[in-house]
Amino acid sequence: MRNAFITAIGAAAIALIVGGCAGSQTAAEKKWAPGRTAWGDPDLQGQWNSQTSTPLERPLQGKLAGKETISEDEAEEFENSERATFDAAPRQGDPGTYNAFWRDQGKALTRTSLVIDPPDGRVPAVTPERQARMAEERKARSERGPADSYTDFSPWTRCISRGWNGIGSWYSSNYQIFQSPGYVVVFQELIHEPRIIPLDGRSHLPDSVGQWLGNSRGHFEGNTLVVETTNFDPRASYRGSSPKMMLTERYTPIDTNTLDYQFTVNDPTVFTKPWTVSRPMRRQTDGISVFEYACHEGNYAMKNMLAGARADEKAGRTPTRNAGGEGR
Amino acid sequence: MNFWNRHNGTVLMTLTAAAIVALAIATALPTAQAPANAFPRMPDGKPNLSGIWQANNTANWDVLAHPARQGPMTALGAAFSVPGGLGVVEGNEIPYKPEALAKKQENASHWLAADPEIRCFQPGVPRATYMPHPFQIVQSSGTNDMLITYEFASASRIVRMNSKADSPIDTWMGWSRGSWDGDTLVVDVTSFNGQAWFDRAGNYQSDRLHVVERYTPIGPDAFRYEATIDDPTLYSRPWKISMPIYRRLEKDAQLVEYKCVEFVEELMYGEFVKKPRQQTH
Repeated sequence: MRNAFITAIGAAAIALIVGGCAGSQTAAEKKWAPGRTAWGDPDLQGQWNSQTSTPLERPLQGKLAGKETISEDEAEEFENSERATFDAAPRQGDPGTYNAFWRDQGKALTRTSLVIDPPDGRVPAVTPERQARMAEERKARSERGPADSYTDFSPWTRCISRGWNGIGSWYSSNYQIFQSPGYVVVFQELIHEPRIIPLDGRSHLPDSVGQWLGNSRGHFEGNTLVVETTNFDPRASYRGSSPKMMLTERYTPIDTNTLDYQFTVNDPTVFTKPWTVSRPMRRQTDGISVFEYACHEGNYAMKNMLAGARADEKAGRTPTRNAGGEGR
Repeated sequence: MNFWNRHNGTVLMTLTAAAIVALAIATALPTAQAPANAFPRMPDGKPNLSGIWQANNTANWDVLAHPARQGPMTALGAAFSVPGGLGVVEGNEIPYKPEALAKKQENASHWLAADPEIRCFQPGVPRATYMPHPFQIVQSSGTNDMLITYEFASASRIVRMNSKADSPIDTWMGWSRGSWDGDTLVVDVTSFNGQAWFDRAGNYQSDRLHVVERYTPIGPDAFRYEATIDDPTLYSRPWKISMPIYRRLEKDAQLVEYKCVEFVEELMYGEFVKKPRQQTH
């Protein structure tokens, strides 16, 4: 697949050289414009996928450390080595978790991190106040067993919410965008969560209404859909973010099959500066559809993890943390 | 041709042009600014069902006519008792086969333990339509898919327009394919897993359920919802429900999350929680 892609790029490059006008590619790119809906909005509709094995943050060690970009070959090598780790045998006594077969790896980008700002590819430092609070939370958690209650698990495992689409997942990062006059909806396959985005300039909900997906308002700037989201439930925290977070997303169609998707987290009581992630969304053209993801209806694992821990206690064993239960 | 005739011709042409302009204005007005009493339309002329909608009846308690009765929890008193209702089933009868009727009665007597709504499971179709929560239709044009997303449990369904594709798997909310019959949106829904119910009275379905819905505008802010329900495993013939659905007219009406999973975890998992309980956040 990747070889075919490189061949295609090579052919395009040769065509440009033969054409004798290297500048025409930029001109052609500028000329491309997305279609319009019947009522005149840029048309973003369709099925999209943002799976990637590129890490959120640039690793501090290993082959991706210390550089902003890598070659296509290096990206493929990284992708394969990541995939191999999923098939590693679990520790003794650990039932293990989903192996590579169950994971949707996604192509690695030639960037070494999804974070594009700050330029070091790392999420900025957390404020001392928030760090102290997170340390308290970790300490409180460590004083409990791995599965004393369902509240000991993340909203992810509880099938409540997987957060906004920019966060992604290790499988099924599938989305379908719907539009009607005055609305865009980014429908997320996981937990069948719709991100409903009115475009009519109305104000956000009152602060007293917190929601797992926040409350989104949008507008078009040229061909870019800009979405501003506030009103996050405190438990919907992402990497320590607070309910005061302002999430700004930008969906820019750059060709028929690609959305340049970026989000910026602005949350000054938590992060010492804003940070931006770029996670491209690719159009699904092979007929694969967004399926019904009935997570809660089939969440037998929740009952089994709790019941297993109670059985351990009854037998005089200390329940152990399942390494795989809380993966993202 | 003399002068008068030529002059006459000019007058005629001017009049014709004026008439064309007048006609253009007359025909343009209804689309540019629809009369207040007309259902909104899309640029392609189809009724625009986009918006926030809600039923206003007691069908989620019982799709058949029923008197008011005391609720299941003594402590909740009058606040959560059951309102009476006229029912939404044509002829007020569900043609259960005899053996299927017994199961319906068993469901009713074990309602709290068996109704999927109690556990925040996706409600299926048509029940999602008449639960006491709003839902939103996101309608585009042409062959673009529609989304119908319900406040309850964020249950959602994609309506594939003019699609022949079949579902690869059975689901709670079914596989919806839409088409237009004049001003009526017709949605054919198949591939149910058969686990959803129709109401809190134990009316139920099997995985052979086939629902054909019709959404027909009946005023600027209402449409008639009809669903023909067939399931040869359980019913001796197809049956039909019908009800008006109303637009939520509040300024900035919007769905507010009702992610009920966290409301049912104690019910579903409480017996497996470590005792004595410790304070968690």
